[in-house]
Amino acid sequence: MLYNIFIDPFVQMVQMPDLLVQTLWEGLVSGVLYALIALGFVLIFKASGVFNFAQGIMVVFSALTLVGFYAKFSSWGFSGHAAAFLALLLAAGVMLVLAMLVERVVLRPLVNQPDIILFMATFGITYVLIGFGEIVFGGDPKQMIANELFLPSGSVDIEMLGGLVSLQKIDIAAAVIASLMIVGLALFFQKTRIGRALRAVADSHKAALSVGISLNQIWVIVWFAAGLVALVTGIMWGARSDVSFALEIVALKALPVLVLGGFTSVPGAIVGGLIIGIGEKLGEFYWGPLLGGGIESWLAYVIALVFLLYRPQGLFGDKIIERI
Amino acid sequence: MFYRETGQFKQSYAADSAVFPILQDRYGLAIVMAIAFVLIPMFGSEFLLASVMIPFLILSLGAIGLNILVGYTGLLSLGTAGFMGVGAYATYKLSTLFPQVNILVWILCSGFFSAGIGVLFGLPSLRIKGFYLAVATLAAQFFLQWCFVRVAWLYNYNPSGAIEVSGRTLFGIAITGPMATPVNRYYVVLGVVVVMTLIASNIVHGRIGRTWMAVRDMDIAAQLMGIRLLPAKLLAFAVSSFYCGVAGALMVFLWLSAAEPSAFDIKLSFLLLFMVIIGGLGSLIGSFMGAALIHILPIVIRALPESLGLPVAAATVEHLTYLIVGGLIIFFLIVEPHGLARLWQITKQKLRVWPFPY
Repeated sequence: MLYNIFIDPFVQMVQMPDLLVQTLWEGLVSGVLYALIALGFVLIFKASGVFNFAQGIMVVFSALTLVGFYAKFSSWGFSGHAAAFLALLLAAGVMLVLAMLVERVVLRPLVNQPDIILFMATFGITYVLIGFGEIVFGGDPKQMIANELFLPSGSVDIEMLGGLVSLQKIDIAAAVIASLMIVGLALFFQKTRIGRALRAVADSHKAALSVGISLNQIWVIVWFAAGLVALVTGIMWGARSDVSFALEIVALKALPVLVLGGFTSVPGAIVGGLIIGIGEKLGEFYWGPLLGGGIESWLAYVIALVFLLYRPQGLFGDKIIERI
Repeated sequence: MFYRETGQFKQSYAADSAVFPILQDRYGLAIVMAIAFVLIPMFGSEFLLASVMIPFLILSLGAIGLNILVGYTGLLSLGTAGFMGVGAYATYKLSTLFPQVNILVWILCSGFFSAGIGVLFGLPSLRIKGFYLAVATLAAQFFLQWCFVRVAWLYNYNPSGAIEVSGRTLFGIAITGPMATPVNRYYVVLGVVVVMTLIASNIVHGRIGRTWMAVRDMDIAAQLMGIRLLPAKLLAFAVSSFYCGVAGALMVFLWLSAAEPSAFDIKLSFLLLFMVIIGGLGSLIGSFMGAALIHILPIVIRALPESLGLPVAAATVEHLTYLIVGGLIIFFLIVEPHGLARLWQITKQKLRVWPFPY
């Protein structure tokens, strides 16, 4: 038994390195998805202290909007790349409208309420978006317009370590786009005026207000940024499988990612996402059979739980100081 | 003027610290009890009893359990459905292993099993709190649900993977299984819920409840005042999980009659959290109000278009329900973040001072 737990999986890893690389890659890919969702969480949490449960549904909603617009265009006989990018723009516009609505209708009346109340309010947003999305777009899964957006398909097979490792091109594209987006966000936070304002708000709401930063505007901006991140996540994820409401549960996986990386850290979200993604896939592949499989559903939470006991503030989070 | 306590003098400490110190409240409670025990079973239709009242009472019990943890002790938990599942599966195992013992005994005993599991998953609560604790309890939720699917011993190697309830009797009257009438089941559920609410009310109004509230308001300050945090928090986890476990057992045995592991998925946890927050954190009556709102509202919304004669497809109604429930959650949070219980208090105060504003 002990042999099976502590030695056998590693022997397998060494004996078949190509399988190991394949598993690592799959973990990396799902890690990127978790990281992107967690990124949306972190953006909003930093600026408004709201733990946004609706991020998962925003991903689905934005992807559905994109596909919906494109379907409308092609029913008018207007399709191809131009239509796809127009749909992309319009979907981004919808996310902007959503951000403004959320700020006006939900956040502004709930200023200064306890965290858990705001958390619950984002649950309300989730329900509204599910209901609205299903009424407008219907509940059946849809095809993402990957080709029209110049996203590659198919796979590359690389011969290495005495085996064949197959990488989906879309996954590579996802990794590249995700890293570009992270660099872009980092530049946005460090170099632009609005980015500086965002960091100021994250540091202290009161101090930011006193130097003339409009909190309401900032909230619209972060929710819009989170909406854009959601849109990109939705495209990437939709290109790998269909666009449907099943992503809701994946959004919960962002929680352990956040715990691992720290609630307020953008790099933490990325690193945490990758660790959780890889850990999950490795665990499922090498240790899962010992327990009867399916351990992917809870392994991430247990990793986070163990981690929490040693480092409650996460890898990159600010140290939690309690005052009386 | 509708409601005043002038002239009701307390002459002992016990009278002063009673749960219902005002005469009108006691009358109100008596009326509610009379309605619940006499009028509803007499005049209620089978649908009202089986699909509205029984689920409402069971969910209220679960909400009370969660409220003890979230509302009174301030520990955020997203694993309620998992603990409810432990209660249900424990009852199932115990009642199949020892069929001669009365089922009600096992339903109540199952609470101890979920209390044990709850304490186990509550251990991290000493070091972490807030959303971090939510992750710990999510681990419980997903791990327990995985156990319900993968550990075949729990459902007696049943090929369907579900647990089924056989007919059991109490004093010769069928209370579970296909033979039990909704009225009988309703009485059993009502009895259990009333007794357990009474116990919960005594716990939260007593020394233990005050300990919990001190921990909720500021745990470091509570510790400085001599409250030992670990026992207090673990006790909250134990009592809360006990209530959830009994609610889960009642849910399977007296409401659903059969349950698959998916009955205890994360959605149920969220539903109970809604009930607690909409009803009011740290309020027992709020748990009932929240359960009533969250459970009965969708039923009403679903029935509405049909009764108005509007031709709306069933799927659309389902989606509209989501939309409206979500909107109402936001609406209630904005109108009264302290929940329906606070609205109820405000109403009582208004009635007391009517026709003057203060």
